[in-house]
Amino acid sequence: MTWRRRSPRSVTVTVCPDGPLLVRGADEVVDEAGVAHEVRRPCVALCRCGRSSLAPWCDGTHKVVTEEAAKRNW
Amino acid sequence: MRLPEPRGPITEALQSLRGVDVGLAVDQVTGAVDSHTSPLLDCDDAQLALWLLYELHYQGFDDVDPRAEWSPQVIAVRGHLERRFEAELRELTRVEVEKRLNIEEPIAERLFAMMSDDDSPRLAQYVQREITTTQLRELLVHRSVYHLKEADPHTWAVPRLRGRAKVALMEIQFDEYGAGRAGDMHSTLFAQTMTRCGLDSTYGAYVDVVPGYTLAASNAMSLFGLHRRLRGAAAGHLAAFEATSALPNRRYAAGVRRLGYGDEAARYFDEHVEADAVHEQVAVREMCGALVSDEPECEPDVLFGAATCLAIDGLAAGRLLDSWRGGRSALLRPMVELASG
Repeated sequence: MTWRRRSPRSVTVTVCPDGPLLVRGADEVVDEAGVAHEVRRPCVALCRCGRSSLAPWCDGTHKVVTEEAAKRNW
Repeated sequence: MRLPEPRGPITEALQSLRGVDVGLAVDQVTGAVDSHTSPLLDCDDAQLALWLLYELHYQGFDDVDPRAEWSPQVIAVRGHLERRFEAELRELTRVEVEKRLNIEEPIAERLFAMMSDDDSPRLAQYVQREITTTQLRELLVHRSVYHLKEADPHTWAVPRLRGRAKVALMEIQFDEYGAGRAGDMHSTLFAQTMTRCGLDSTYGAYVDVVPGYTLAASNAMSLFGLHRRLRGAAAGHLAAFEATSALPNRRYAAGVRRLGYGDEAARYFDEHVEADAVHEQVAVREMCGALVSDEPECEPDVLFGAATCLAIDGLAAGRLLDSWRGGRSALLRPMVELASG
């Protein structure tokens, strides 16, 4: 019996307007402190607004941030 | 699970489903439905009837012949209830849907706008700050109707979608079902939360005490999922459900911890903050976006499904808060009676 190594998966990143980055195919995400976070779901959302309580993952807080910003602009 | 107790003439007429004979007196049931002049959406009897007819397609009942699922009489009765239920949902959401139709904006932006404009009662805030232990347990009882079969109603839509929309739905559903780990299935996590809070997590254990408006939420999903014609509504419903989940679930988790139930009980809600922040993007942008671009005729129903989700959840939130703020139980029989048997 022989073992074959699977060809590496491609990693894709999708930008959501006013929202997170969707990352598919990654095994881990390393944050700015050098801590590696294991990817345990088929697709992960990375925070872009800097306000997530679950960083590096998105927790939906950007919606509140965008609404606040919209109100300030008025 | 056994067939629930009847609540009125419609579910009384459905009691003949018990036993080996799959026959059903169609005229008796449809007559009982027709004599109901008030909206079915708010009728305990009609919603329980729809719920149990749909349940034949999920886990079924120990005292009902499994062949009843496809009995022509059962399908005829269900269709009779569904026609009125769907018409009511369309009327309930007509203004909201028309407002968002034929606008030169991507469907994703219109869906997100619909959700951010939604001014339903703030149930999550109440759970975070004020909910009592008894009320939290009541909330879990209400939610158990859907969460113990979480994701199942939208899974019916998988073979009814194509291409990119199907891929997006499957990515969400795979995650809902634990991404390959049985212990991480969302329905399993919810059952654990129920157990930690001293509740019976057996499928269907509390159906007899749950009012019609909660059953209506589950019934709307089953209606959309089980009809290919309504695949747009199934997609829109899931999109709205996911996109109104992450932030409220953070508040639910905080409420659970405030009452001292701890991390294990809060895990279901913690998981949904992270998971649904992903799912909302995939559902709104990729699933609904692809569906509307590939099958433009589905666009009105995508909006209809999303608006239905918000309207029914809003109705339920209002009813729960009215009951609790008025010092009443939000169940047909209060938790105290349930505990003492």
